[in-house]
Amino acid sequence: MDQKPMNFWERMYFPAIFQGMAITFKHMFKKKETIFYPEVEREFSENWRGLHSLKRDELGRERCTACGLCALSCPAEAITMIASERQKGEEHLYREEKYAAVYEINMLRCIFCGLCEEACPKEAIYLDGPIVPADYLRKDFIYGKDKLLEDPIASDLTLNI
Amino acid sequence: MSVSLFYLVAFLSIFFSLMVILTKNPIHSVLYLIVTFFTFTIHYILLNAQFLAIVNFIVYMGAIMVLFLFVLMLLNLDKDSEPMKSNFVKIAGLIAGLCLLITLIGSMKSLNISDPVILKDPDIGLVKNLGKVLFSEFLLPFEISSILLLTAMVGAVLIAKREPKTT
Amino acid sequence: MELAFVLEKFILITVIFLVSLGVAAYSTLAERKIAGYLQDRVGPNRAGPGGMFQPLADGLKMFMKEEIIPTDSNKFLFIAGPSLALLTACIGSAVIPWGPNIILGGKTIALQVADINVGVLYIFGVVSLGVYGLMIGGWASNNKFSLMGAVRAASQSISYEIPMGLSLIALLLVTNTLSLKEIVEQQHGGNWNIIYQPLGFIIFLVCSFAETNRTPFDLPECETELVGGYHTEYSGFKMGAFMFAEYLNMFVASAVMSTLYFGGYNYPGIDWVSNLVGPIIGPLIAMAVLFAKIFAFIFFFMWVRWTVPRFRYDQLMNLGWKVLIPLAIANIVISGIVITVYDKFF
Repeated sequence: MDQKPMNFWERMYFPAIFQGMAITFKHMFKKKETIFYPEVEREFSENWRGLHSLKRDELGRERCTACGLCALSCPAEAITMIASERQKGEEHLYREEKYAAVYEINMLRCIFCGLCEEACPKEAIYLDGPIVPADYLRKDFIYGKDKLLEDPIASDLTLNI
Repeated sequence: MSVSLFYLVAFLSIFFSLMVILTKNPIHSVLYLIVTFFTFTIHYILLNAQFLAIVNFIVYMGAIMVLFLFVLMLLNLDKDSEPMKSNFVKIAGLIAGLCLLITLIGSMKSLNISDPVILKDPDIGLVKNLGKVLFSEFLLPFEISSILLLTAMVGAVLIAKREPKTT
Repeated sequence: MELAFVLEKFILITVIFLVSLGVAAYSTLAERKIAGYLQDRVGPNRAGPGGMFQPLADGLKMFMKEEIIPTDSNKFLFIAGPSLALLTACIGSAVIPWGPNIILGGKTIALQVADINVGVLYIFGVVSLGVYGLMIGGWASNNKFSLMGAVRAASQSISYEIPMGLSLIALLLVTNTLSLKEIVEQQHGGNWNIIYQPLGFIIFLVCSFAETNRTPFDLPECETELVGGYHTEYSGFKMGAFMFAEYLNMFVASAVMSTLYFGGYNYPGIDWVSNLVGPIIGPLIAMAVLFAKIFAFIFFFMWVRWTVPRFRYDQLMNLGWKVLIPLAIANIVISGIVITVYDKFF
């Protein structure tokens, strides 16, 4: 790269330094960009992908049928599940005849790519939650169904079979 | 109080200067030398020579020993790389050391013991008085020594200067 | 030596020591806050109101962390390094006059630990000793990055001591005394030395940036090239000692600059105010003014740090030897001529 030889004024250093310092001093009085995260949350974009949630259908039954496509599509191999068969009398809990008895996502492995969302044929998993909170232990980052499952809708709407 | 302090500091300076030559590690040796110079500074303060004390502090402790340490840090201090000392060098060192010892003893014998109690001008060590003496009575030696320092500086610059490329 | 005198000095030393430690601790917070504000952020604000207790939290963190001493290091010198750095940073404040004499119950109390008649030289000596801590620590770590940092610290400090000393000589031509107390007294009534020695002040300022290892001259610890420089291997409280020493040095350097060039504890209208409020409150106000000047300088140090990028090593040496030293010598010559002419004809 060609560099022009500096003239005397530039070789004095000080003018340039004072210019820079004036600029930084102006910034002291500018509006601060900081968002105080736990108290104030920044607006998420429409296609934001956050914490996963396992959805229920309009009758409050779990949509997941434990087909394993999400686990298969997961590039980080963060999803594990154990499938189980629906027993008599559990029709109000699970929509399909097969359901996930255990469904775990390791949030330390998950890269929030959203491929599980796309792979799911039953529209059972969506990445529509908040930011995954920090924690101290690795084991606390493995989220089971207790944390992932959507809250059941009000009980009077559930189907009684 | 002052006398016992003197003996304590004197003992410390002799002890640390012995440590300078007795330690194996050159870095430790330099650090002991720094401590020795510090005890010298205390001696100067006890003698009411404040200017000499502070100059000793700045020049020897603050500048020269930093350079010593600087050079020693860049040396490879592994034991293997130490050059073998031949017998000839050892004998030469012994003779030189003995000569120095004899000279020292000889000069000590010819010294007159000065009057220890009465110092003619106890404030001679203060900056103002020292400056007046240096720039009136001892102007010529003072200026000559400054020329000596200037010569040394010019020599150092000359050595440090890069050789002009002949090609 | 009477007991009251010893007690008075002991209390004074303790107070100065505690205050300088407090200032150094809160400088760490101020640095982070100022850095934040200059970059449109707010800085630490979680510990206490507005982050007030952040230094305590940081200190606690430093204490609780694991101390690692590298296996191949020289253990004694490894510990001696940060201790020396902290020691030399602390003793500089001994000769600074913090305020005019307080008259308390018919007794005059000097707000200065030692009014020695070589005060300026003492400061200079302490500054030149400051580099030992970094050198010894860097060498004892037995790490190439640390050694590079130590070597850089040594050469930088030696190089910038010379223009610093030369600019001080020009100042001494004006003041005719080496005692800091007298220098401050001479600047009474707006007669500040900055008016007589503007060039000398700029040289002194640049050199004090270099001597305290602050950006743009923080090459001994520059992260981008040397990981951490001389404190690469340090952890826990020893690391904290090095950091603390840096902030203490900055505090002492600011105090020295305010004392030498900006009138110390003098301020316009000091006589009027001290007549108004009496012989106890007056000196305390003067002391507060000195501290305000010191804080302004500390702010300036930090402001520069977050504005100016780091010099390259050859640029640093060129600036020191080829620019500052000739400038300082020219400053001495000009000051000498002007003073001689002034004394002859006026």
